[in-house]
Amino acid sequence: MKNPTQNVNLSRRAFVINGALVMGFAMLPGIPRAFADTEVDTLGTTILAPDLPGSLRATPYLDAWIRIDAKDGITVYTGKVELGTGVKTALLQIAAERLEVSPGLIRFLTADTALTPNEGYTAGSHTIVDSGTALFNAAAQVRQLLLESAARQWQRSIDSLTTRDAVIYDTQGRSMTYAQAVVGVQLHRFASANSPFKPAGSFTLIGKSLPRLDIPAKVSGGAAYVQDMRLPDMLHARVIRPPRRGSQLLEIDEAALRQLPGEVKLVRNGSYLAVVATDEWLAVKAMREGYAKARWTEGNPLPDSTHIHQLLTELPARRYPVSAKGDLPQPLPRAYKARVTKQYLMHGSIGPSCAVAWFKDGTLTVWTHTQGVYPLRAGIAEMVGLPVAQVRCIHAEGSGCYGHNGADDAAADAALIAMAIPGKPIRVQWMREQENLWEPYSSAMLAEVEAGLDDSGRLRDWKYELWSTPHNERIVNAGRLLPAWLLANPFTPAPSVPIAQPEGDGDRNAVPLYEIPNLKVDMNFVLTMPFRTSAMRSLGAHINIFAIESTVDELAARATIDPVQFRLNHLSDPRARAVVERVAAEFRWPHKATGPGSGIGFAFARYKNIMGYCAIAVQLHVQRQTGQVMIDRVVAAVDVGQIVSPDGLLNQIQGGIVQSASWTLYERILYDASGMHSFDWSGYPIMRFPDLPQQVEVHMIDQPDQPFLGAAEIVQGPMAAALGNAINDATGKRLLDLPLARRGWQDALGS
Amino acid sequence: MITLDINGKTHELDIADDMPLLYALRNQVGLNGAKYGCGLGQCGACTVLVNDKPVFSCLTPCGALAGKSVRTVESLGSVDQPGPLQKAFIDEQAAQCGYCIAGMIVRAQALLEANPHPDDETIRRHMAPNLCRCGTHVRIFAAIKSVVAQGGKV
Ligand code: FES
Ligand code: FES
Repeated sequence: MKNPTQNVNLSRRAFVINGALVMGFAMLPGIPRAFADTEVDTLGTTILAPDLPGSLRATPYLDAWIRIDAKDGITVYTGKVELGTGVKTALLQIAAERLEVSPGLIRFLTADTALTPNEGYTAGSHTIVDSGTALFNAAAQVRQLLLESAARQWQRSIDSLTTRDAVIYDTQGRSMTYAQAVVGVQLHRFASANSPFKPAGSFTLIGKSLPRLDIPAKVSGGAAYVQDMRLPDMLHARVIRPPRRGSQLLEIDEAALRQLPGEVKLVRNGSYLAVVATDEWLAVKAMREGYAKARWTEGNPLPDSTHIHQLLTELPARRYPVSAKGDLPQPLPRAYKARVTKQYLMHGSIGPSCAVAWFKDGTLTVWTHTQGVYPLRAGIAEMVGLPVAQVRCIHAEGSGCYGHNGADDAAADAALIAMAIPGKPIRVQWMREQENLWEPYSSAMLAEVEAGLDDSGRLRDWKYELWSTPHNERIVNAGRLLPAWLLANPFTPAPSVPIAQPEGDGDRNAVPLYEIPNLKVDMNFVLTMPFRTSAMRSLGAHINIFAIESTVDELAARATIDPVQFRLNHLSDPRARAVVERVAAEFRWPHKATGPGSGIGFAFARYKNIMGYCAIAVQLHVQRQTGQVMIDRVVAAVDVGQIVSPDGLLNQIQGGIVQSASWTLYERILYDASGMHSFDWSGYPIMRFPDLPQQVEVHMIDQPDQPFLGAAEIVQGPMAAALGNAINDATGKRLLDLPLARRGWQDALGS
Repeated sequence: MITLDINGKTHELDIADDMPLLYALRNQVGLNGAKYGCGLGQCGACTVLVNDKPVFSCLTPCGALAGKSVRTVESLGSVDQPGPLQKAFIDEQAAQCGYCIAGMIVRAQALLEANPHPDDETIRRHMAPNLCRCGTHVRIFAAIKSVVAQGGKV
């Protein structure tokens, strides 16, 4: 065999060396460094100050984060966006805690290319780690500068001063507002590496569950989403997409569109088609007419879904060694072997993508629910041929996205149409079937695992190989925007590059955290995409953790050791052990479920092996005839470092449990040579209320004074794995092809 | 001209008979509560009450609403004075992105108006038409239950 490192893509490796592995973030002085993000670094932010904590590394100036003046008071900026995870409130809590003001005194602005720092994408459970850490430090440093200013003016020592709600006091009854103190203070300066220390024990906001700012409007019909924007003289647009990828427009009967009552404008550029009308329903009718009257070439053939995983192994791929240690015998003696598969999944936002754009006075403004306003701005500027400075992207909330869905493409649609109709705001709303057919999917994946024990029942050998198409087709050029493919002068997507370890891409969490002396993990990064794929919550971690944890259960059974004990036998990290032990205790593991078809399952992972810890136990029962799975009880324990908002964290974990259960039990995109069949919810069923777990318990282990580790995605993998293990316990069947329930179960029985 | 009775107010609208109620609510009447999710009656984001029954406004043509009364989430309360279900959803922080939530509240309203003491199974079955992708179901369920626990008065 040739040396595997010969196949390594050097740029990726170099990045690991120059980037994440040598960089860390220090949230507090004296705290050991944890590995920081690469997901953001690989997505276009430039590191200016590698020694600074969180996103200060890319945006080191204090006044990029916090401004104070008499007119607007205190304004705090973040380059991250609210995706429905509550981070806007959590970030505000952090800034208010460290400025020592009540949150209500802060004007808090999220991602806008004209105003806020560039923090790349809001993704990968990084928001609190990146932006939260930056604000945690910047706010404390700004407050310190204000105190120094007051101390200078009053000729007092800083220690004698106190602050309350943006006012500084001395012991003689003098006071000065922050806005007064800031006069003469230069906030346009680099942050320093160290910030004033404040012990977690004295926090009044961090660690408290502040009610979310956005919920009252959302329950009462307030304007809350980009979908709700109404600008003066706004026009409504709908796009008309080709029947499938690769189809070229042959002709469209424009006269038919003119028959409609009311004025409809057709925007056409190569194979790019959209209709624009003053009324939204008219735009929908025109779109339908357009679909009926456009003729297209055949387009690219679709792959055969029954052999998709075989196909992944045959397509051109780059092979990345992910991890190797020890000496793996070939072949492994008495190894447990498994072949694990996952189907294409969709993000499936409840609200299809939407955007508003307005080209006015030479500037194109786009309101978008993108995860990254800056990368999107660069992509749109390139696509429409404007200088970047003449494009502004402003984040406006959409429906939850869970990754790279249609948001950026819809923004590109709005931009193209607005450029064709200057002076008028254009609102584009994708239809359900457009979202389902054209959003970037989560890749189908194949993993092969071989693992063996030593004579004492400990894990000794581990060989893992996986195949996946990209999980990170973010907007690094115009060609990554789908509408740009359809133009008369089309753009080509930038070459695919996987996110480097330790974050990982398809290989996220491909390396077990368990102690195993001999190990080899490789990823085959498949470069030809039968379907366009990109980031969806947890990337490859969903299937990798599922594969690892089902293998661990099988090996525990071989060793005749309880699966929880078996895990503990291979975990030395005390925080990992703590979540496992907590779940076992709360669940009363191995307290056995009763009744026919009942089973229990356990799983553990530390997200990316560097972020939040999560252990889960599940009790369920399976109806053998139908493959219906009823989840009776879920017990989870998480450790995400210092908790900012306990209720916010709980909300994320509860949501992740339900979402992962839906992915794992029910979801797969249906297609065959004749076409795509998952164009609506009947073709892509997800969890509904009757299938909801009967009981969900989440235990949160707080780590005061420890770095923030991020929360939103940590449960996806462990929940999937616990379900698989519980189904195995319930039925004696080790299901390894996702999804597991209903149709997935019946397929498994049939094969 | 079509006459619609929405949240107790009469609206004379110059729209086509076939315009789904959802579009009229959002564009002609300027209400945000009902959301576009699928336009197919599969997700419930657009749920409103017509003569006290939950309907998919995306599938209900305005021409079919003569003499009927339409209620949206806006009729149940406001940010300053939330109705019982709205208040319970705020208290439980029962939203992630919140896109599905207005539809959820309206569907739950229909249930509790007809039956203030539903059991768990009834709530689950009643709420089945409405999808949530964020997985907020646990909290939505808890919010509805908390109103039931207080007597189910909406
Ligand atoms: S939008 Fe009406 S049911 Fe989905
Ligand atoms: S809260 Fe996001 S769809 Fe329900």
